[in-house]
This record gives sequence, C-alpha cells and structure tokens, in this order.
Amino acid sequence: MEIDFVSKFDYLLILLPEVVLSAAALVLLLGDVFQRGQESSQSADWVGLTAAGSVLAAAAANGFLLTLEVTSGAPMIAADAFRVTANFIFLGATFFGLLFSFDWLEREGLDKGEFYVLVLLATVGMMVLGAARDLIVVFLSLELMSIAVYVLTAFQRSDPRSSEAGLKYFLIGAFASAFLLFGIAFLYGATGTTNLARVVPRVAEAAADGNVLLYLGTGLLLVGFGFKISAVPFHMWTPDAYEGAPTPVTGYMAAGVKAAAFAALLRVLTVELMPAADAWQVALWWVAVLTMVLPNLVALAQDDVKRMLAYSSVAHAGYLLVGVVSANALGRSAALFYLAVYTLMTLGSFAVVYHVAGKGDRRRHLSDFAGLGWRRPLLGVAMVIFLLSLAGFPPTGGFVGKLYLLRAAVDAGQVGLAVTLVLTSLVAYYYYLRVVWKMYFEEAPEEAPSPGRPGPSFRFSAAVCAAGILLLGLLPGTGIDAADRAGRSLTDRPTVESPAAGATTAGLDGPGATPASPSSESDGPSD
Amino acid sequence: MEMIPALGSALAGLLQEAAHGAAGAAGQGAAHGAGQAAGDHGGSFTPILPGLILLIPLIGAAVNGLGAFLWRDRRLVPSWVGPLAVGGAFAVVLANFLRMLETGAAGPAVVTLWSWLSVGGLEVGVDLLFDRLSMVMMLVVTGVSTVIHVYSAGYMRDDPGISRFFAYLNLFVFFMLVLVMGGNFPVTFVGWEGVGLCSYLLIGFWYENAEYSSAGKKAFIVNRIGDFGFLVAMFLLFAMFGTLDYVPIIESAADELAYGGITVTAVTLLLLLACTGKSAQIPLYTWLPDAMAGPTPVSALIHAATMVTAGVYLVARSGVLFAMAPMSQAAVATVGAGTALFAATIALKQYDIKKVLAYSTISQLGYMFLAVGVGAYTAGIFHLTTHAFFKALLFLGAGAVIHSVEHAFHEQGHHGDPNDMRSHGGLMSVMPVTGTTMWAATLAIAGVFPFAGFFSKDEIIWYAGSYGYPILWGVSLVAAVLTAAYMARLMFMTFHGENRTDEAAGQGASSALHEAPAVMTVPLVILAVLSVVGGWIQIPEALPLPHVSWLHDWLHPAVEPALAVAEEHGVEAAHAAPLGGGEAVWAGVSLVLAVGGIVAGAAWVRSKEILVPERAADDRGLARVLNRKWYVDELYERVFVGPLLALSRACWRVVDDRIIDGAVNGLGYAGRALGWVGSRLQSGRIGTYVLVFTLGVLAVLGGLVL
Repeated sequence: MEIDFVSKFDYLLILLPEVVLSAAALVLLLGDVFQRGQESSQSADWVGLTAAGSVLAAAAANGFLLTLEVTSGAPMIAADAFRVTANFIFLGATFFGLLFSFDWLEREGLDKGEFYVLVLLATVGMMVLGAARDLIVVFLSLELMSIAVYVLTAFQRSDPRSSEAGLKYFLIGAFASAFLLFGIAFLYGATGTTNLARVVPRVAEAAADGNVLLYLGTGLLLVGFGFKISAVPFHMWTPDAYEGAPTPVTGYMAAGVKAAAFAALLRVLTVELMPAADAWQVALWWVAVLTMVLPNLVALAQDDVKRMLAYSSVAHAGYLLVGVVSANALGRSAALFYLAVYTLMTLGSFAVVYHVAGKGDRRRHLSDFAGLGWRRPLLGVAMVIFLLSLAGFPPTGGFVGKLYLLRAAVDAGQVGLAVTLVLTSLVAYYYYLRVVWKMYFEEAPEEAPSPGRPGPSFRFSAAVCAAGILLLGLLPGTGIDAADRAGRSLTDRPTVESPAAGATTAGLDGPGATPASPSSESDGPSD
Repeated sequence: MEMIPALGSALAGLLQEAAHGAAGAAGQGAAHGAGQAAGDHGGSFTPILPGLILLIPLIGAAVNGLGAFLWRDRRLVPSWVGPLAVGGAFAVVLANFLRMLETGAAGPAVVTLWSWLSVGGLEVGVDLLFDRLSMVMMLVVTGVSTVIHVYSAGYMRDDPGISRFFAYLNLFVFFMLVLVMGGNFPVTFVGWEGVGLCSYLLIGFWYENAEYSSAGKKAFIVNRIGDFGFLVAMFLLFAMFGTLDYVPIIESAADELAYGGITVTAVTLLLLLACTGKSAQIPLYTWLPDAMAGPTPVSALIHAATMVTAGVYLVARSGVLFAMAPMSQAAVATVGAGTALFAATIALKQYDIKKVLAYSTISQLGYMFLAVGVGAYTAGIFHLTTHAFFKALLFLGAGAVIHSVEHAFHEQGHHGDPNDMRSHGGLMSVMPVTGTTMWAATLAIAGVFPFAGFFSKDEIIWYAGSYGYPILWGVSLVAAVLTAAYMARLMFMTFHGENRTDEAAGQGASSALHEAPAVMTVPLVILAVLSVVGGWIQIPEALPLPHVSWLHDWLHPAVEPALAVAEEHGVEAAHAAPLGGGEAVWAGVSLVLAVGGIVAGAAWVRSKEILVPERAADDRGLARVLNRKWYVDELYERVFVGPLLALSRACWRVVDDRIIDGAVNGLGYAGRALGWVGSRLQSGRIGTYVLVFTLGVLAVLGGLVL
C-alpha cells in the first residue's frame, strides 16, 4: 500500500502497531478498574491474557507495516525493514516477558492491571524509539518508555529493595535525560534541524567546519544513550536497579529497554551522525572496551545469580557496542541479530532465576541452584541453553551472534575490539559455567526446598525461548537474512524530500537561524 | 537382492508421484539438487525427496524419545513407530535407487539442505551426496536396519525401556545416514560422532549394570582417539584444498597433490587412525568385544552391519587420496590382514557366543580393510554388503538363542551367563528355524559355494594376491581357514550334540527352551535368503558360472578416479596368484580350505567333552592365551592405562594442583580482586554514581571535543 500522508488515515496506518498497543493499554486500565472494584484485590485472568493477546495483535500489525511503501515525505517515523525487525524483537520481549511474569505476579500477590498497562506503554515507547527519525521523537519515546519502567522497577512496593531501585533508577535516569536533551539542543544548534532524514548533509558540513556544537551535541547524546544501554561508566545504576527490581521486570528491562536504546543508537549514530564518525567512534571505542572488560571481571566475584546476570547484561551491552562502533552495514545487522538472541536468553535466564528464588525472591544465591538439573530436568536443560548461549557456546544463537559481531568488527578494521570481545567472552565462561556446574555436579542439600513446577505460560515461553536460541544457532540463515535486510534498509531508503509534505514531517526544523544551517535550503512552510 | 526391486517398485512409483506432485506444488523445491548435479557418467541425477530419508528416522527418534517420557508402559507405539520410521527411509532410498538404476545416472548429485557454516574462506553446507557408492551404503544401512528393527520389536518386547531403545536406534539410523550421505567431511564427521554417541548410549543401555556402562565408556574413549585423527586430517585437507567437499577434492586431488607426498600420506594415515577406531581394527579394536554388553539387536545393527563399516566406507570414499599415498595403502592393507588373522585366532577359544561373533566381525572388517587397502574398492564394498547380511543374521540368531536360554535360566532361578556356549548344545531340535538360518550364515561367512561370502571373500583374497601383496594374501588364506573353524565350533557347540542347559541350570530347564516368535524368525529368514543370494550380484568371469558384473559396473563411476590414479602410476593387477594359478584355481582352493575348516572345527568340538562353565577347568597353554585374547587388554592396561593414570595423577597433584591451579587461581583471584574493587565502588550511594557518571561525561566530551 502506498503512503503519501495526504489522508490523515495514513498516520494511523504507519503507527498501527503502536496504536493497537496504546488502545489495548487504555482499555485494560479502565477495564481493570471496573472489574476489580477495589485496590487490594487481584486482577482477573483475562487482563493478563488480553495484554499478551494485544501484543500478538500488535505483532500482526507490525507485519502489515512491511506492505507499506512511503512514496513521499520524510516522516518523523520510519517505515523500513529495520523498524519492523526491531519491533518484532521488542514485541517478542514483551510477549515472553508477560508470559514469564504471570507466575511471579500470582506468587507475590501483585497481579494488578497496572502492571500490564505499564508494560504495554513501555513497549509503545520502545517501538516509537526504534522507529524515530526525529530527535524530539527520540526524546519523547525514550521518556515514555523510561517513566513506565521506573514505575515497574518500584512495582513491588512492599519490598524496600524494589523502591530503592526504582528511586535510584529514576534519579539517575532524570540526570541522564537532561544530558540527552542538552545533546539534542546542541545538535539542533549545529545543524538547524532535528529531523534525522535531512540531517546527514548538514552534519557533514558541520563536521567539515569543525563545529564544536556538533561534537558537544554528539557527546551528550552518547551519554544519554550510554545510560539507557548501561554502558560503562554510565552503568552504575544497573546492578542496583536490576537487582532490586522485581525479577520479571529485570528481564524485561535488560532485554527490551536495552534493545530499544540500541535500535535508536544504531539509527541515529551509525547512519545519521555517520559523517561525524571520526569523533564519536573513538569515544565509543573506549566505552565499548570498558563495558566489555569491567562488568565481566566484576561478575566473577558475584555469588548472587541475579546480580551476576545483571553484570552479564552490562557486558552484553559492550558486545553490542562492537556492532555500533564498527558502523558498517554488517555491524548493524549483527547487532540486530544479537539483540534478538540476547532478548531470548536474557528473558529466559532471569525467569529461571525468579522461579528458583521462590516467594520474596530470597533464594538467589549460587548454592540455591545446586542439583537443579536433577530436580527439574526440563527447567535445567532450558537454563543450560540460556547460559551456554549467553556464554557464546556453539551451537546456540549466542555463538552465531558473537561470530557475526566479530566479522563485522574485523571487516571494519576494529581488530582490537574483536580481540577484546573474544577474551572477555572467555572470562565470562567461568561465571556462566559455574552455575551449570552447580546445577548438575552438586547435590542439593536435603532440607533445601525444591522449586515447584512452573505454570503453563512459563513452561511455554521457556520452551519457545530455548528452541529459538537453538534454532538461531543451528539454522541461522533466516535470522541472518532478516537482520541483513533490516541493517541495509537503514541506508538504502531513498532520500527524497518533498516540500509538499513538509508541514507534517519537518519536525522542529529551524528557520535557518543557526549559523551552521544552510539557509539556501528551504524546508517546510515555516520558512 | 532380486526380491527387493519387486517389493519396492510399487512403492517407488507411488513416491515418485508424490515427488512430482510436491515439485509441482512447491515450485522449485524439489529441483534444488539438479542444478548442482555434475558428473560425466550418464548425466545428472535428481534425488527424490532427499531430505525425507533423514527426516523420517529423526521423527521416529523424536516420537519414541517423547514416548519414553509420555507412555512409559505402552509397548505398542514404539514397536510400530521404530520399524516404520526406518522402513519409510528404506522406501525412499529404494525409490532413489530405482531411479538411478532406471536412468543410468551416476551422479554425483549434491543436495544442499542449507548453508551451515560460512566463516572466512570456509564454506560448509549441509550437503547430501548421491552417487553410486553412497547409494549402496544407504540401501544396506536402511535395508538391514529395517529387518533388525522388526526383530527388535520382538526381542525388546518385555523390556521397560523399549521406547528409549527405539529412540536411540532410530537416532542411530539417522546419524548413520548422515555419515554415508554427507557431501563433505564435516557432515560425515557429524554422522561419525553421532553414531558413536548412539553406540555409546546403546552399549550402556542397561546402565544399571556398572560393567555395561563402563563398556560404553570404553567404546567412547577409544573412539575419541580415532576422532582426533579425523579432525587433524580435516584441517590438513582444508589447508591443502581450501574446501572440505568431496566432489572438488576428488576431482582435483590428482593434480593438486604430489604422488606419495608427505601431506597426502599424513592425511591418509590420520584417516586410517580414525577408521581403526570406528571399525575396530588393530590397535583400537578392544572396545568392540566389550560393546557386546548392549542388547543383541544393537550388536547386530551397529557393531556388525553398519557403524563399524564406516571406516571401510571412509577409505573407499577418499579412495583417490589413498591411491595417491601408496604407503598408506600398504598400511591399510597390512592393518586389515593382520586384524583378520589376529581376531580369528582369538575367536577360536571364546566361550561367549557374542564374543565369538564380535571377534569374527573384527576379523571380517579386516578383510574389508585389506580389500580397500590394496585398491580393490569394489571388493571391499561387496564384502561389506554381504557381511551386513550374514553377520546381522548371526547376531540375531545368537540373540534368539540367548533369549531362549535366558528364559530357561530364569525359570530355574539360575543366574548363569546365558551367552556361554558351554551351557547350550543340541538346540537344533528346539530352534530349527534359528539353527537352519544360522547355518546359512555360517556357510556364507566361511566362504562355501554358492553362499554370499564365497564370492565376496574370494574376490578380496584374489586381489590381495594379484595386486602384489603375497604375504597378506597368505595371511588372508590362513584367516579364511580359521574363520570356517571357529564358526563350525560355534554352530556345533550351540546347536548340535547333547543339550547342556539342564546340567547348567538344573533339571527341567531345557523344557523352557523355545523357538523365537515369528516377529524374530521372519527377519532371520529374510537375512538368510540374502546371505545365500547376496553374492550373486558379482560373479567373476574366471569361474565356470554365468559372469555377473553388476556391482563392478554399478560402482565403477564412484571408484574410477581412484583407479585412474593407480593406473597412471603403474599399479596393476596381475593375472596370477603369487604361487601361480588363475582365479578359478584359487577359488577352488579356498572352497576346499573353507570346507576343511568346517570339518576340522566340527571334529574339534566332537573330540572332547564340553563341561558347563561351573565345572570347566581353565584352559592351559596356547588355548589359554587365545581365551585371554593374547592378553592385549592387559597389555594396554599396563602400557597405556596404568602409566597414563600415574601420569594424570602426577599431573593432578603437581602440575594441576600446584602450577596450573596456582596460575589459574592466581588469575582468578586477581580478577576477583579487581571485581571486588569494582563492587566496592558500587557502594549503592547515588552520590557516588552521579560522580562517576559526571566523570564519564567529562571524559567522553573531552575525547570528542579535544
């Protein structure tokens, strides 16, 4: 179908997945209030199921996006294969995150409608973030996602750790948002536009001029994103927030939020700000190296499995950054592929942790995993698959993903990064395999309570995640093709700009007041 | 062989219809392989539903594997699904075979299921190779497997683990097919490892018994030594050719490599090491007799008919490489002939019926190695095929005997070893079908005209002589006599003379002996027919018989590159044996030797009273040495295992505990110490976090702007 933004209906079409999910969130919010009657009671089953169902509906709508073809205009929302693929990752994270959390919500007596509403809204934020082609939209969607997740982090109000985590996350998040906004402002100052579709030539010009505003803006943007993807040294909140947050939320945060931030980072940095690559690549190179080295070392010292996984998730941000720093098409595809695998294995491993931890999330120590492989054989097998994939062991998706990232790095001439990736992955084997060892080679103490049989939704999603990881490892072809197509769609799209559609698409396009903005170019009726 | 086409033609037609239908519906799906098919022998070949051959046994394995959890107590499902899964694969193979036969195409046709690895210059696809050689192997593997699966449904009827059993067995067939159909070394290696795994699982099937599970481990470990050879050979091949696909390697080997050069010799010797492990040749044969701990159908399928022949197949498959390395060829032939004789001597004095057959298998595999070693690939594959028939039959027959004797022992509450032939005797009267069919197999393996083994073994002995290996030729003739003798000993001890079951287990035990049920005897009869007629696919011209050259002609395109290399370098078969005389004369001589061996074996058994194990005195002198298998296990224990254990203990105590652990722990401590510092920094105070954050901001901005 062709989209030209002549009809207002086109806006609805291009935002269809987001619209579906937002509508579902609103309906659930109201429906839940009427259904529950009072604050303290639990939600009915249909609330959670509807939430999961609406995610599927959004996924269907997302698939429909592929049939759209934007014929004119440079909208603030992209409709390329990259967005669709990234959306599938977010929706997958949400879907399985929801299914995994049913057990936990019931166990902790927290089965409230707000939970689902917040998750759905955060997902809308992620999807818009992954699609944003305007810095203002980037900021808005980032905040939509973040605020929902702040609340989710503190969702277990009775637990002081959860409240503390939420507060920390919120405070540092606000701090980081300020930097991001600053960065956007500087970039606007340097280029005269916030619309990424038309920023490229102006960035090139500004970079050629050695415009300080451009570098300041890029740097501050990096800081803002660095916080969201928990890159060192902006990661300090991560272990605390991940540890304190309810575990299903941790999995969702680690998988979805990070994926969304990476999607935006890939689009903004490696495509739109590519002309300034010389500058940001050096800074990000160091960030990537630090993010791979430091958390992997710290994770060695952790005996709390949840905290260990929190550090491991920081380390994975480092691996993903390798794809960003490589800044080639291969790097973008590799990062996207890795994000898909990463989502599955992170969700799965955090889910197993909360299941083993039992009520109140108390039993998260390494020794609590002793003998798990024998007591719950299927759960054990699933956990082994998640951990081996996190470690990057063949034939899992994690292995293929790392291989893909390595190739991107080598192709881009970033041999140092590739070597760091391999070495730090080797270090990581130690702490992942330690859990496997505990699960199979040590007996559980007699008095230790055996974790119960997980509920059907948990079993289903654990099986699907594990199978997906193996599938991406054994038959990576389809996944690689999709990632490849998505990675290339970022740069392949036609760069036509139609003045006719300017009003709706130009965003905060300035009137050419900033010194770097070429005033000869006329965009939008604001001129 | 004659009956198979008749049986399968209807099915083949049906499948072909299905294949065309699928091709029509799915567009180019089925035509995928055609584009890559190459070969100058009779044009290209389009395989019919190639993926299905692998998929059906895999589905069978999955269903049975699930069944092991879901319907523990229901025997009906696995005993149908197991045989049907393999039978289905056989039907598809048959359809492919008939098409190849009909079109006269030789392949090689390579079907790439999907691209597996693509790293650097290494491109490895999951390729299936269809040529004349792999087709013969596929037929043997699926055909014999089907028969054995049917038999197993009866044999394992009362075993609570029947689902698990069929899951492993189906999985084995899957991996065996991967091995023979693999279009490159890595895929073959996957099958190679997979069959090893299944063999390990099945040897230790009754894992409650510690001895059995340690037999499984022994098989596993000995095979790892061989795998090392396979892996290193693969690396070398990749270094030389830049590819691991069979087709380009076979095509370019003669031009790329120096004849008798060091690399090709190294590669082939490493491959030989791998083959001695998998095919139980000297020096790595010791696992096979222990592997008899598995259920008897497993011994028949894996340790006689299929898996152990993988080594022979691999040598034939890489025949060009071996032809380029005459030294390795001599090594293969020598190992083969040596093993043939050595194992035959041990078989003479074993009392466990399955052990006799195990050593017999090792010995017969030796013949196959001798054949492919001297360059008579067709003869090797020929013997592989006939051996699959008669050795599977011997094992299945032995299984029926054991089943029956065990039942008798069980009735009496006796805990003796039902495998011990000293407790058998005179079983012909109670088990006529088993006894008769086993006689057919015995005559076949002994090489009596007109049974299958006569033709295949005779061909090997003839080529060993005519290709200029007089000593090996003599050795193989001696081994042939011994083969006839130990087989006659087995048959006479088991089926003839007085019955000793009562003596062993107490009065009345023999009344519980019984013939096996039809589900077990029908497979025996099928294999017996094949053991008789299986040799008629290849009858030498020299004999005063109708000349049949079907197998030679069939395999010619597949072995032709290797033969061409040999011819180019002046390796040619003579037309006389080392002592003079043509093929017909020596065929007559070996027939006389075989009959003589049987008579001698019978006389040997008759000559003295056989005492049941409880009362038998230990053997003395040479008999004892043979009974204890030349003390090789003890020798390995002393020379390898003992010192290795001592060394590993030393390594553990000194090197590992002190040096490596010290270093690793040191590194670990260093890492953990760093981690500790990191986590100290992680104080939980927001102020600290914001401070670090801000420092980070300054660093990034500094890096960017300055």
